[in-house]
Amino acid sequence: MTVRVQAEDFDIGVEIDALTSGNPRIGGIASFMGVVRAEGGDQAISAMTLEHYPGMTEKKLAEIEAEAHGRWPLEASLIIHRHGRLEPGDRIVLVVTCAKSRGPALAACEFLIDWLKTKAPFWKLEESDQGAEWVDARESDDEAASKWGE
Amino acid sequence: MKLLYFAWLRTKIGVASEEVTPPETVVNVDGLIEWLATRGPGYAEALANRDQVRVAVNQDYVVGDQPLKPGDEVALFPPVTGG
Repeated sequence: MTVRVQAEDFDIGVEIDALTSGNPRIGGIASFMGVVRAEGGDQAISAMTLEHYPGMTEKKLAEIEAEAHGRWPLEASLIIHRHGRLEPGDRIVLVVTCAKSRGPALAACEFLIDWLKTKAPFWKLEESDQGAEWVDARESDDEAASKWGE
Repeated sequence: MKLLYFAWLRTKIGVASEEVTPPETVVNVDGLIEWLATRGPGYAEALANRDQVRVAVNQDYVVGDQPLKPGDEVALFPPVTGG
């Protein structure tokens, strides 16, 4: 189980290699990667700044990762979330889950990104030609998270 | 008590963190928010819509009736939007 909150970019291939090397029990690897979209609502986004709560962020990510390991038989997992100023196309978040087969890996990966979106203390500030605006939380994210129960 | 503010709560209140000593009548999170809202126009505006304020005490989410004690770290912020 690994959690990293960082300003730096990441390389999904390097991360998966590092996570899986030396574990021959792994047979299925699922991943989710989020990148900055060029539009928010109906306007063009020039950049986005991710603010977070250092300390609580790592704590919450570790908690949801532990919850995933309690629900599915995972061999390994990784969550990376970036903070700071990012531009369209930049990578924001990576979730990787490894199991003996695809079932638990795919389910745990979806669970982790759904819970991360509603529980990890990050806030997005979008920049457009209208100025900078804090992004509102979306009801659809709450609904996606609630399907996994508490 | 250490207070932390994030996102638009931080920009409206004007500071990222501060040390406060609330009056003894403040015993829980709801009471703290009511007291903070009286400290100035920025606070009043930031805390006007209670539905949009999430609270963590010592880095765990809590609800309004959560009791508070002097050494607590209390963070106030809008609903999260990561991922």
